[in-house]
Amino acid sequence: MSDTTQLLRFITAGSVDDGKSTLIGRLLYDSKSIFEDQFSAISKTSEKRGMAAVDLSLLTDGLQAEREQGITIDVAYRYFATPKRKFIIGDTPGHEQYTRNMVTAASTANLAVILIDARRGVLTQTRRHTFIASLVGVPHIVVAVNKMDMVDYSQQRFDEIVAEYRQFAAQLNLHEVTFIPLSALVGDMVVERGEAMDWYQGPTLMDKLESVVIDQDVNTRDFRFPVQWVCRPQTGEHHDFRGFMGRIEAGQVAVGDEVTLLPAGRTTRVKDIVTYDGSLKTAAAPQSVALTLTDEIDISRGDMLVKAELMPTVAQQFTAMLCWLSETPMDKNRKYIIKHTSRVVKCLVSSLDYRVDVNTLEHHENPTVNMNDIAHVTLKTQKPLVFDSYTRNRATGSFIVIDEATNNTVAAGMIC
Amino acid sequence: MSNPTFTHLDVLESESIHIMREVAAECKNPALLFSGGKDSIVMLRLAEKAFRPCKFPFPLVHIDTEHNFPEVIKARDKLAADLGERLIVRSLEGSIAKGTIIIKDPDLPRNPYQSVTLLETIAEFGFDACMGGARRDEEKARAKERIFSFRDEFGQWDPKNQRPELWDIYNTRVHNDENMRVFPISNWTEMDIWEYIDRENLYIPSIYYAHEREVIRRGDNVIPVSHLVQPRPGEKIEMVSVRFRTVGDMTCTAPVESTASNALEIIAETAITRITERGATRMDDQTSEASMELRKKEGYF
Repeated sequence: MSDTTQLLRFITAGSVDDGKSTLIGRLLYDSKSIFEDQFSAISKTSEKRGMAAVDLSLLTDGLQAEREQGITIDVAYRYFATPKRKFIIGDTPGHEQYTRNMVTAASTANLAVILIDARRGVLTQTRRHTFIASLVGVPHIVVAVNKMDMVDYSQQRFDEIVAEYRQFAAQLNLHEVTFIPLSALVGDMVVERGEAMDWYQGPTLMDKLESVVIDQDVNTRDFRFPVQWVCRPQTGEHHDFRGFMGRIEAGQVAVGDEVTLLPAGRTTRVKDIVTYDGSLKTAAAPQSVALTLTDEIDISRGDMLVKAELMPTVAQQFTAMLCWLSETPMDKNRKYIIKHTSRVVKCLVSSLDYRVDVNTLEHHENPTVNMNDIAHVTLKTQKPLVFDSYTRNRATGSFIVIDEATNNTVAAGMIC
Repeated sequence: MSNPTFTHLDVLESESIHIMREVAAECKNPALLFSGGKDSIVMLRLAEKAFRPCKFPFPLVHIDTEHNFPEVIKARDKLAADLGERLIVRSLEGSIAKGTIIIKDPDLPRNPYQSVTLLETIAEFGFDACMGGARRDEEKARAKERIFSFRDEFGQWDPKNQRPELWDIYNTRVHNDENMRVFPISNWTEMDIWEYIDRENLYIPSIYYAHEREVIRRGDNVIPVSHLVQPRPGEKIEMVSVRFRTVGDMTCTAPVESTASNALEIIAETAITRITERGATRMDDQTSEASMELRKKEGYF
C-alpha cells in the first residue's frame, strides 16, 4: 500500500439472477481478498445445500435469517484492497425495498456497477437502477454486460445492448458511463481479461475501479463549511481560543480569506486553520478542521461559513425530490424534522407535486407517497436553510426527514 | 487552485472526526468505550483530533471483565492519565456481587456477560450514546451494522429494523431510556488500523508485538498460558514467538505465531495473511456462524 492510496466507494445494482453476488465474489476471489476461513465456511454451506461448486454469493450474507432463508436483508458493506486502491462495496439486495436500499447505498458511492444479463438485455429493472443512480447523482456509472459466456461472447450482442442503453439513458443526467462485457462466472474481464473477447479493447472491471478519477467527485469550487461544534477551552494558554469545528464539505479555504457567515450574513476573515497536527495555510474538502476568525461574531452549530463570490441559497421554502423510506406513508398534514448539514429544523409539506414511476419515469399527480416512492415536493421550513441544488453539491443539497414521534428516518431528500 | 489528493487514511480519519463531533453536538450525555486495545487507542487519537485544544466532551468508559491481559490494563490507565481525561471503570465483578450476573465457572470466557455490566453502566450514568471501536470488516453481522446503531431500552440490536443511513447525515435522536451505539471507525479495516498506528506512531500494549510466550496447542488454536488457562493432562507447554491480533478475554483470545516487532512488520504480515482477524484469534466467535449476531441482539456493542 503506497502513501497515496485512495478510497473508492461503489455499489452493484442487479438481482441474483444477473449474477450480482457472483460478480462480487469473483472480484474478491480474484483479487485475493477472501480469507481461508471465510472460504472454508462458505464451502461447507454450499456442500450442505448440495451445490456442485462453491457459491461465492454466500460471502455477502451476514445474518442468521439470511443464511437460513438464502435471502439478503438490507445493506451490507464489504471491504477489499488491491495494491492500487482500497474499496468499499455497498451491497444491496435485489428484491423488496429495493429503491430504499439502493438509494441508501448509492448516497455515498463514487461509482455504480449496473448489471445487465447479456441474454436479456436492457430490462425494466435496468431503467430503475439507472434512474436511481442518476437521481442520487452517482458520479460514475459502469454498465457491466454479464453472462457474455452465454451469448458466445458475441460483440454484436454487446453492441446492441450498448446502443439500447444509450438511447434510454439520454433522457437522464448521467455524468460518465463505461460499458464492459464480462462473465462473472468464468472470470473474463472482471480481474483477468481472459481470451474470449479479443474484440474488446476497453478496461476490465477491476482496471476501471482502480483508475477512475475521483478527485472531482466532491465540489471543489464553492467553499462550504457547516459549523458542527464550537470549541472554547477557556483555560490558560487557550483562554481566548474560539475554534469553529467542522468538515469542509466543498471547495477550499486559506488563511486570510474573506468568509461570510450564513444565514446571518456577516463577513469576517480566516485567522487560522487549526488541526491537532498544527496550523495549516490552506485546507480543502473533505478535511475536518477548526477555523478561528478575525472578528468576534456570534456563531453556533448549524451556521455555515462560505465565500462571498460563490454564495449558496438561503431560504425557508424549496422544492426537492424525496425518496420515501418508511412503511408509514407520508402525511401532508404533519410536521416533520429535517436534518440538513449540521442544521435541524421543523418542516411542512406545502405541496406534493407528483410521484415518479421509477420504472417508466412517468409522473403521477396527486399521489399518496408510500415506501420506495420518489416524489417531487415543495417544503417549507420553520427557519431558513443554507443550501445548494443537489446536482451542484451533494453535501449541501441533501437532507434527511425524521418523524418526530418515532424518531425514525422516513425520507431522503435532494434539493432541486 | 486544483484540489489536493487525499489518501484513504486522510478520508477515513476525517469521516471519523466528523462522526465524533456529531455525537458531541447532538447527544446529551455520550461516552467513549475505551479498553486499551488497538482499535480503541485509534479512537482516542481520533478524539484528540476532533476536540483538541478542548477537553473531550465525554468520559472514557471501560467495562472490565477482569480477564484482561495486564499489559492492556496498564496501557489503558497510562493513556487515560497522559491525556488527562476522565476514565470510568465498571467491572463484571460488581455485577456478580450484585447478583445480576451469575456465572457457573469464574475461569470461563466472560464476553457474553459484558453486555449486562455495560447496560448497568449506561443506566447508572444515564448515557444516551456510547461510541465504540467496532469495525464492519471484523465480522459478518457487523457488516450490516449502522454507524449510528439504535438500541431500545433493553440495549437490543434489531438487524431487520435498522434506520436507513444516508450520505453522512446521521439521525442521532432517541427517546428517554433508549440509546445509541456509535461506531466512528466502521469503515476502517484491520490494515487501516495498523497503517494509522504506524503513521501516528501510537503507543499500544506490548503484546500486539512479537514476544516469547508460554502457550499450549488445543485443536487449531495456540492458547496463552495464564493463571486462568493451565495445561490439561497430556498438553505440553511450549515457548513460542507470538503476537496478538486482538486482545480480549484471556481465556478465549489466541495469539498468532509471528516475529513482527513493529507496526510496519505487522502491516507486511497483515498484507499476506490468509485468515480473518477474529477467525484466527477469537474462540468465542467460532462456536457458531451467528455468535456475534446473537450477542449484539442482547446488547453487546
